[in-house]
Amino acid sequence: MSGVRLLVGTRKGAFILTSDEARRDWAVTGPHFGGWEIYHVNGSPADPDRLWASQSGGWFGQLIQRSDDGGRSWQPVGNDFTYADPVGDHLWYDGTPRPWEFKRIWHLEPSRTDPDTVYAGAEDAALYRSTDGGQKWQELTGLRTHPSGSGWQPGAGGLCLHTIILDPADENRMYVAISAAGAFRTDDGGASWLPINRGLRSGQIPDEDAEVGHCVHRLAMHPSRPETLFMQKHWDVMRTDDAGGNWREVSGDLPTDFGFPIAVHAHEPETVYVVPVTSDSEHWVMDGRLRVYRSRTGGGEWEPLTAGLPQENCYVNVLRDAMAVDTLDDCGVYFGTSGGQVYASADAGDTWTAIVRDLPPVLSVEAQVLP
Amino acid sequence: MIRVVLPPHLRTLAGVDREVRVEVAGTVTQRMVLDAVEQQYPMLLGTMRDRRTGKRRALVRFFACEEDLSNEPPDAPLPERVVRGEEPFLVVGAMAGG
Repeated sequence: MSGVRLLVGTRKGAFILTSDEARRDWAVTGPHFGGWEIYHVNGSPADPDRLWASQSGGWFGQLIQRSDDGGRSWQPVGNDFTYADPVGDHLWYDGTPRPWEFKRIWHLEPSRTDPDTVYAGAEDAALYRSTDGGQKWQELTGLRTHPSGSGWQPGAGGLCLHTIILDPADENRMYVAISAAGAFRTDDGGASWLPINRGLRSGQIPDEDAEVGHCVHRLAMHPSRPETLFMQKHWDVMRTDDAGGNWREVSGDLPTDFGFPIAVHAHEPETVYVVPVTSDSEHWVMDGRLRVYRSRTGGGEWEPLTAGLPQENCYVNVLRDAMAVDTLDDCGVYFGTSGGQVYASADAGDTWTAIVRDLPPVLSVEAQVLP
Repeated sequence: MIRVVLPPHLRTLAGVDREVRVEVAGTVTQRMVLDAVEQQYPMLLGTMRDRRTGKRRALVRFFACEEDLSNEPPDAPLPERVVRGEEPFLVVGAMAGG
């Protein structure tokens, strides 16, 4: 019988939650790396017992941990994230040039086929790749040295590369998203990059439809439709059907279209999930009610999912990497909140249960289906 | 033999008890001690000092003999009691909330 393993990163450590296929009863282990910020934990599709964790903190910097046994044991691997020379500048909040400076790894994206290959998205925005199990990291410099790079400015959370999507149909194509630069695509394995932001409009920048400068919060793709991407932007939920060539807004009847995560159902490429929050200055769910919104039409028309979720006095947020789906026949959907709850649905969002309620603030959730 | 006390997070990372001991040849300086610690425990690379510049991380402090040596030049000799192993060299996470 197969099972599900959730990899949960929090402000003060990592937790691993496991269940059988029914997804009713969960075992919780952790905290792993107690006291450290764990921005992301992710597993290799090629070897589910190979896990990666981004461990960081203000005192002692960045570490990358690797497990080869599904999280029972961990070993630190390489943590030398160097910006290739010439380092150059980007723009700081006040509009002045500022040298690129490594802060942390936000996201780890393992190769679909090679357990030793993994990509890492950094703040300040850069993309790294390791092909030796995490011992050495090489910057893919074509992204940061894109002609627009010197004009990128951080969002409130920093100039972070937080989304990496590897195209399942084309090993040379991948997508990344950077706050607050926008979305980018490579078609040559990361050597060169194209800003893919046409159709985005952001009222927070002087030129609303500029080529770069948009605060993209998260991208999501269904593997059967690699040219269709969904985006949760600062404000606006967007979609493209031509690999980012053009975006159109699909916020539709959402009560607010500000939010962070976005996810696609594992078996229904037109079923999409978001968790709207009140506004850019009120990062909590609207009206004290925790509602996941689901569209079965690829956006535009949305329905609130509330069964099992608190509907009064709830003022949590769900961060961009804190929502995931599993690939069991009845698609499971999971998310973690700033209040430390991890919610699970074993029926594609119709009903929800809190697996845990009192973890530190949740930064990321990933779901693995185990044989 | 130089005695070095690491903060709890770094002890966990290095898999050691409260105090580690390192050999340093010649003049014993902050740089030499930290080099020796990192050589013995390579997982600590980058956690106390910037890997490129060698500069102390902002929220790391170095104490010994009831003195704050954090802002001393990294090549300045350490106190004789540290050199003789009578006092440890302390690596400390700064008080910074959270």
